[in-house]
Amino acid sequence: MIIQTKSDIVPSEITPKEVFDDRRKFLQQAGFGLLAGATGLLSSPSFATSGNLPAQHKASKPLLKLPNFSKSKYGAGEKLTSFEDITTYNNYYEFGTDKDEPAIHSKLFKPVPWTVSIEGQVKKNKTISIEDILKLAPLEERIYRMRCVEGWSMVIPWIGFPLAQLIKWAEPNANAKYVEFISLADTQQMPGVNLPILDWPYIEGLRMDEAMNPLTIMAVGLYGEALPNQNGAPMRLVVPWKYGFKGAKAIVKIRFTDKMPMTTWMKAGPAEYGFYANVNPQVEHPRWTQSSEKRIGAGLFAGRIKTQMFNGYTEQVGQMYAGMDLRKNF
Amino acid sequence: MPAWIYEKTFRAQSLSFIGKVPSKKLIARFKVAIFLLCLIPLLRLFWLAFHDDLSANPIEFVERSTGYWALFMLLCTLSLSPIRLLTGRSWQLQYRRMLGLFMFFYACLHLITYLWLDYAFNWADIIKDIIKHPYVLVGASAFILTLPLAITSNNAMIRLLRERWKQLHSLVYVIAVLGVVHFLWLVKKDLREPILYAVILALLLAVRIYYRISKRKA
Repeated sequence: MIIQTKSDIVPSEITPKEVFDDRRKFLQQAGFGLLAGATGLLSSPSFATSGNLPAQHKASKPLLKLPNFSKSKYGAGEKLTSFEDITTYNNYYEFGTDKDEPAIHSKLFKPVPWTVSIEGQVKKNKTISIEDILKLAPLEERIYRMRCVEGWSMVIPWIGFPLAQLIKWAEPNANAKYVEFISLADTQQMPGVNLPILDWPYIEGLRMDEAMNPLTIMAVGLYGEALPNQNGAPMRLVVPWKYGFKGAKAIVKIRFTDKMPMTTWMKAGPAEYGFYANVNPQVEHPRWTQSSEKRIGAGLFAGRIKTQMFNGYTEQVGQMYAGMDLRKNF
Repeated sequence: MPAWIYEKTFRAQSLSFIGKVPSKKLIARFKVAIFLLCLIPLLRLFWLAFHDDLSANPIEFVERSTGYWALFMLLCTLSLSPIRLLTGRSWQLQYRRMLGLFMFFYACLHLITYLWLDYAFNWADIIKDIIKHPYVLVGASAFILTLPLAITSNNAMIRLLRERWKQLHSLVYVIAVLGVVHFLWLVKKDLREPILYAVILALLLAVRIYYRISKRKA
């Protein structure tokens, strides 16, 4: 039975975190997760957000346990996109090019154990486990708009920490002008990597000031729980004023460079995807209308909403691009 | 059936096991069956809409689905002549008009979805979209070219236009190429599906070209 409860309420708001975790742990240990989910034994509000998911999505709940997180001021008043839409409509070509494929093909993906290596223009190369990353900085919930270059958008309650904290730990040297993010490209776990559709591994990058901007986060969770595999577990980049493809998923390597990195999509379509990829309704794309967008979950008759400059984050990020020709630097 | 086809292709005989010409009654029944089959994609959309199951991006889903079925119907329409050329059977040509009009039907739904659901008849945005984005321009051109074909798809028009009717309706090849290009250019990176349609179209056209050349030589 599928529980037909739709809610935007974060689970941790309803059930005390300890109770919530204990129950999950018990179910996982007892191996009843699938059974309980499938038979609807758990009709408690703690599963309200994922209540309308098919049972198999519950069975693939991430293995990573998140520490407590605090709320933040971001995204107040925004209507959240449902957990189901966020976790079943994904661009994640490593798991397939159709939007519904990542949720299906990432079920057996293992986000733990996980290590991230730090390289390039740093004091010294080093590695860090995902567990240690979680201890670097307190986690907070950031409700951000996400605008995809394809003309659709969502509002996602990420859990994460400012990338600046990780960079501080990484100790880049004075030559570090850019940061490069390299995603996992595992042919065993990621069926899409076997197809030469993109030049694997997926590479993204930011200018140092963009990376240090307080809005830029490393997300490790959403809707109060560890990041689902199809959303980039265990850790992904979130840069809310840029098009969604800037948000590299399943990051295994962070490299500091003195030159602007060549990103995967720049290589795939230099006329279509630039390094900056700032959301900009004034800069046309050869394929999609960028002045308006479809909000996911709004329904068949909702039409489009206007796209905002820098996705509505001009106040926080506009000054970084002062004097730059954003048509050239798209 | 022109005799040269039988002479040129002994295959016509080897494939004759597929069947003799069905009775008029059976042909009429097939027609009803094909008509109902062609409505399934539309009924499916209503079913999915009713059950709130049109994916997270329902507008795009309907847009893609109607576009896909328009192209599918077009390729079906174009496959009837190659069947005649390869097997010598021609009774299937009686379904060509219906399939062609179903292509027009799904193309109309595709266009309405785009104009109404996607752009809410915001003409300024629509015109900008058509001018700025090559794949939209190609799609719009293809649709405009289907209009004269749909209007003249009746016996009265065939009688009226005679030879010119045939010339006019060879536009279907242009429409098919534009339709496939429309699909190719809209896809971001994974071109496998549009390439499949391009290959099918190329094969259907190749059969025609092959027989035309052999006819000329004969």
